Amino acid sequence: MDLKLQKIIPQLITVLVVVLVFGFFTYNAQINMENRGIDFGYGFLSQESSFDVQFSLIEYDGSHSYFRAYLVGLLNTILVSVIGIIIATILGVIVGVARLSPNYLINQFAAFYVEFFRNIPLLLQIFFWYFAALRALPLPQDADAMLGVFFLTIKGLYVPAFIWENLNIFLYSIVAAIIAIVVIRIHARKVQETQGKQLPVFWISIGLIFILPLLSFLIGGVSLSFEIPKLKQLAATSFKYEGGISLPPELIALTLSLALYTATFIAECVRAGIQGVGKGQKEAAASIGLNPNQVLKLVVMPQALRIIIPPTTNQYLNLTKNSSLAAAIAYPDLVLVFAGTALMQTGKAIEIVSITMLTYLSLSISISILMNWYNKKIAIKEK
Amino acid sequence: MSKINFLRPDKDNLTTFLYVGSFLFVVSVIDVFLNSFFSINVTGFLPASLSFIIPILLGFIGLYFIRIEHSGNKFLDQVNKNINTNNFNAILSLLIIFIIIKSIPPVLSWFVVDASFAGDSKDVCSGTGACWTYIKVWFRRFMYGMYPNAEQWRINLSFIALALLGSVGYFATEKFKKYLTLYYVVIYPFIAFLFIFFFISGGPIFFDFSYGIIAAVISIIIGFFIPSKFKFYYFIFVPITLYIALKYFIFYEELIELGKLDGLNWVETGAWGGLSLTFIISFFCLIFCFPIGMAFALGRRSDFPLIRYISIGFIEFWRGVPLITVLFMSAVMFPMFLPADFFIDKLVRCIIAISLFEAAYVAEVIRGGLQALPRGQYEAAKSLGMGYWRMHIFVILPQALKLVIPGIANTFLALVKDTPLIFVVGLLEIVGMLNLAKTNPEWLGFAMEGYVFAAIIFWIICYAMSKYSYNLEQKYKTER
Repeated sequence: MDLKLQKIIPQLITVLVVVLVFGFFTYNAQINMENRGIDFGYGFLSQESSFDVQFSLIEYDGSHSYFRAYLVGLLNTILVSVIGIIIATILGVIVGVARLSPNYLINQFAAFYVEFFRNIPLLLQIFFWYFAALRALPLPQDADAMLGVFFLTIKGLYVPAFIWENLNIFLYSIVAAIIAIVVIRIHARKVQETQGKQLPVFWISIGLIFILPLLSFLIGGVSLSFEIPKLKQLAATSFKYEGGISLPPELIALTLSLALYTATFIAECVRAGIQGVGKGQKEAAASIGLNPNQVLKLVVMPQALRIIIPPTTNQYLNLTKNSSLAAAIAYPDLVLVFAGTALMQTGKAIEIVSITMLTYLSLSISISILMNWYNKKIAIKEK
Repeated sequence: MSKINFLRPDKDNLTTFLYVGSFLFVVSVIDVFLNSFFSINVTGFLPASLSFIIPILLGFIGLYFIRIEHSGNKFLDQVNKNINTNNFNAILSLLIIFIIIKSIPPVLSWFVVDASFAGDSKDVCSGTGACWTYIKVWFRRFMYGMYPNAEQWRINLSFIALALLGSVGYFATEKFKKYLTLYYVVIYPFIAFLFIFFFISGGPIFFDFSYGIIAAVISIIIGFFIPSKFKFYYFIFVPITLYIALKYFIFYEELIELGKLDGLNWVETGAWGGLSLTFIISFFCLIFCFPIGMAFALGRRSDFPLIRYISIGFIEFWRGVPLITVLFMSAVMFPMFLPADFFIDKLVRCIIAISLFEAAYVAEVIRGGLQALPRGQYEAAKSLGMGYWRMHIFVILPQALKLVIPGIANTFLALVKDTPLIFVVGLLEIVGMLNLAKTNPEWLGFAMEGYVFAAIIFWIICYAMSKYSYNLEQKYKTER
């Protein structure tokens, strides 16, 4: 009895304190909102937002609802995070491997990169790229074309747009190629297990992924053309590119700094992972006659990935959360559009901040669930 | 001399290959060097694309010639081992050497040669280099924010005094070493607070939170005579009761007003800024986030399910949201949760928000340390008859905290790098001041200098800290 009581009392006290604090807050919030004449509710989401967003992936203008504005912000956040994660991963892996290179110059260069970008606040880097570096770019009319089709100007990066006909057939062909590859892989594994023969799966896969979409061009009536941005004069000194896709400088500065910053951390994860694989493993693999590529692919990478993935997931999450710094340079992400403009207009502080936080929470949790699943899949299966 | 096969460098013709190879390599380096430092294009008579490739090609052939294993020449072997193991590495090494040579002149000329240092107006900055005059003129603003010029000695004095008091640990004799933890955890933060309150802020001498101090002192003194069985409950209830009694019944406000003295000139927290604000915020957040984080780390490993779930919820919530939304919350949402007449200063709200946010990260770090301890430690402590608190205070935490010092240092590093975010609530530390100075009509167009300046400062602070944490890590690694 005494022991039970000892267990219950501290819990009760804690819960009581938490409930009291929350109760105090809600009570005050109610009084404050009454005083200011604000009512609590999420009905405003369907009202007309009447503000514009300069960059959006879906169709949006002031006549759409606040919920649509929220979606615009969310999609912009996801866009930045996805591009940033892709670039950061590629860069991080390269730098991480380079840090382990036997070449003194290369590993010092990689170490310099890591130490340099890791120790400068991300916000400062974003400001640097946006306000200092990208402002030095040429005006639209002075810009030189890169490879004839890309235009990097002070107003953003202009890239050609793809114009598809019968896009769905093309997509089907890619899906078909992927399914075929999976089937062939399973078959090849069976062949290897039963007969000990190795099929050239890699080359077959590459062939399939090129040939099937190519066939869709030849037979399926798919056609692709490019819309190259063209310079157009609006006024005597004002020029603009028409056609193609334009990426605003905010997006470029943000992705660039996020990727450069996060890549340093990913590089450290990759380095730790590769170093974490014992030297004996590599030597053992080499001594049973695997060539260096096979050693890397079959022995080192599977073990290193197990060490690399959990901290790298954390870095992906950090990048996603850090993308909220977009608000500092007016890239219309979730925080700027929703917690900024929409909050100013509606004054619904509690509702909007809570929605924003919940969104980030669910983004983080879904990424971490996905990565946990993958992590479990590749973990050592101990018997 | 045997036959020379230029496709296959060998040891027999070492000297020939060495001379030819080094010659080609040196020629390629000199070509790039002349090109970048004196803009002399030696290969200018060739087509543009070819003259670009030639140094790489020459250097590559040179490196190929000198790649002779076990040549017997120590220096050559060293070079081959480090930068010239195979063709791919040779090209990468060459590219890096060329990039370094190419990037020295523009960087040097921007930083030093063409830069302007003298004067105190924009007119001296007409060159192509950096305008350090801008930094010089705005230096005080970058360091102290909008703090009045005449009062800035107060910040300097406080920081110097705190730095001196903080370094006490280095000079402490063996006799006082055991009190150091107490000093750093309790006394030092308190002194720091007093300094900041009296000097930097300029608060009145007899201040409002005196009830709290009196209550704490009285309850600690009485606490010595309380049997240890009831101490836990005693310290939960008595200090708060004392505080309320003091505030509302014994020393009511008229009495307090009598004893009040005016302090130094009051400087609002809105005027604080620059690098000093970065330090103040990092310092307080470190002090607050550590105990909170420790409490939640213990809570997450507690046997009581309710406490555990509350801790998990707290930690995962703060770790899941970006700091910027937390600061938004502290700015626009938090005042709604407080009584209408109750006002908390912007800076204090900011510090609370960042502390809670970082506490979640500290909690996870400390949890890692707790989990890393072998079970035997817990069991040994329990078998000695220690209760929960004794076990943690005397056995578990000292070991666990030692393990997580590098992790804590990294969290603190992240905290320092996060401080610029306080621009969200309108406080301007050094990056915020830069953005303000940048938009000043008299000083337009010097964004680059400002950001480079701030980047150098932050880099030095963060790099020093990360090296220090690395040293600590090495130190404790050997001790274990």
